[in-house]
Amino acid sequence: MEEDIDTRKINNSFLRDHSYATEADIISTVEFNHTGELLATGDKGGRVVIFQREQESKNQVHRRGEYNVYSTFQSHEPEFDYLKSLEIEEKINKIRWLPQQNAAYFLLSTNDKTVKLWKVSERDKRPEGYNLKDEEGRLRDPATITTLRVPVLRPMDLMVEATPRRVFANAHTYHINSISVNSDYETYMSADDLRINLWNFEITNQSFNIVDIKPANMEELTEVITAAEFHPHHCNTFVYSSSKGTIRLCDMRASALCDRHTKFFEEPEDPSNRSFFSEIISSISDVKFSHSGRYIMTRDYLTVKVWDLNMESRPIETYQVHDYLRSKLCSLYENDCIFDKFECVWNGSDSVIMTGSYNNFFRMFDRNTKRDVTLEASRENSKPRAILKPRKVCVGGKRRKDEISVDSLDFSKKILHTAWHPSENIIAVAATNNLYIFQDKVN
Amino acid sequence: MMLSKGLKRKREEEEVEEEKEALAVDTWWLDPGHPAVAQAPPAVASSSLFDLSVLKLHHSLRQSEPDLRHLVLVVNTLRRIQASMAPTAALPPVPSPPAAPGVADSLLASSDAALSASMASLLEDLSHIEGLSQAPQPLADEGPPGRPIGGAPPSLGTLDLLGPATSCLLDDGLEGLFEDIDTSMYDSELWAPDSEGLKPVPEDGSGKAEAPELDEAELDYLMDVLVGTQALERPSGPGR
Repeated sequence: MEEDIDTRKINNSFLRDHSYATEADIISTVEFNHTGELLATGDKGGRVVIFQREQESKNQVHRRGEYNVYSTFQSHEPEFDYLKSLEIEEKINKIRWLPQQNAAYFLLSTNDKTVKLWKVSERDKRPEGYNLKDEEGRLRDPATITTLRVPVLRPMDLMVEATPRRVFANAHTYHINSISVNSDYETYMSADDLRINLWNFEITNQSFNIVDIKPANMEELTEVITAAEFHPHHCNTFVYSSSKGTIRLCDMRASALCDRHTKFFEEPEDPSNRSFFSEIISSISDVKFSHSGRYIMTRDYLTVKVWDLNMESRPIETYQVHDYLRSKLCSLYENDCIFDKFECVWNGSDSVIMTGSYNNFFRMFDRNTKRDVTLEASRENSKPRAILKPRKVCVGGKRRKDEISVDSLDFSKKILHTAWHPSENIIAVAATNNLYIFQDKVN
Repeated sequence: MMLSKGLKRKREEEEVEEEKEALAVDTWWLDPGHPAVAQAPPAVASSSLFDLSVLKLHHSLRQSEPDLRHLVLVVNTLRRIQASMAPTAALPPVPSPPAAPGVADSLLASSDAALSASMASLLEDLSHIEGLSQAPQPLADEGPPGRPIGGAPPSLGTLDLLGPATSCLLDDGLEGLFEDIDTSMYDSELWAPDSEGLKPVPEDGSGKAEAPELDEAELDYLMDVLVGTQALERPSGPGR
């Protein structure tokens, strides 16, 4: 990585617009909706907070499109499974939006065991003037009613209400790690460590099992499912990744149970990098289709890889996220950081990919120019509206003035969840319990 | 650290060579960039890593609902480490007088088998916890799945390696490896009226100084047996 890297191509200047402290709870998922108007976050306490982008106004053109809190609701509560004597965490593992089909917004949110469909709708009118009730809702004395009145809808302060419309429960024995809405908008899938189920939005008491990798003998278990996603356009195609660093593409038309993959993506192990930790660092923590549907991106502990769906033998691009950690794997194994699951995202045009790292750093890679940049999400190091300064980690030898040495990295500050606006250069970065929204500067 | 860049030589493609390479550079406790790591005794590093992995495995299984991914990765890593510890070529000499080779062989074989059997049964326990499996399999089996442990007679050095490594973890040596094995069925105290395991925290005045006998995993198993729970796989009825 060169020092004086020109970041103009990637993000001329990412401003920091706001930082919303979500009060004690660690953010566990971040997701823009399909238009980018809404941004949803889920946290460890089972809450969902939705931000809405302000309409641009002519008066304040430089404050274009800020995100403000739109709705907050408790999606999941902690549960106790009495039969197995287990507590089920309320932490929201994933949120996925449905495309908007009417005035209301719909999203799926899931914890370890239960998926819920939430409807978020606005109410800005209220019926007034009931015939039989007074303004406080108490019944009027019938003797006093002499005329017929029909309630009239009058404007009221905007109220956003979230209601649970469906609860999809009791279908997962293991922990749900992914949900993905199908392009047919009628079905979606939920994946846990060993199984993937297909649901119809209208039916909550049944799901169809489409992948099952549980061995007959649990002693033979050597691999788990880590992430899964539907193809953005082909409703019969999906992929799932494993803890062994492989990706399987399945076609639901081939058979009812997609235990046999249509395509199998695996990169041969590099013998020069082999260690006891090879398998752990090859475990894929996230898999995402490109918007075009031609590529998939995978994130393992040290790299991000882009695969062409037509080539199973190896990825077409590999980006080093934080290769300086390769010599620290044993310590990272000791403190369990090696098991951290980082996510990765595409920008709207599939030209730039982004993923998080430690010390509140996150990385962007421009696939066309092959340039990359490291940025930091922290209040101490950036003022509002200031342009983010690229960061650099010093690997060995002399440390330059603005560089940070590997040993000074704070491994408790990890950026696992990020999101990119579907069409604009706006990104959301979750740093523990803070949410940062960065926008590209407009001149 | 773990992988020293000092060692740059042509790599043979042989599996054994690769294993040796992996061991040779396994000197993570040294300063980064430390040269001549090939001189360091590989077995010591692996032993610490082995201990660490066993600790992680135990810790993972002690969770009421273990993270399956974490568990599987730790178990696979442990198997790799164990496999690399089996070859005895470069191990340091053992101070204690060696027993008869036959005894050593059988001891090693049994400790290996015990370890792998315990790992296997730990995984089996996991499926009990999930409430999905059939009756528990017998502990003794043909060894860790997918990995042969028999074959060449191992030296005593390796035996000592495995022994102290585990006993320093657990006070009662190899017995401790079976701590997680659910033996509540055979525990007569289970049915004693004053057993605390089956009740919530007792509020009676008679000071029960003992900690509860049963932990959550054993309670699960018990519940499964009592209730005869099966097949939580299929969704049944509306959600909670």
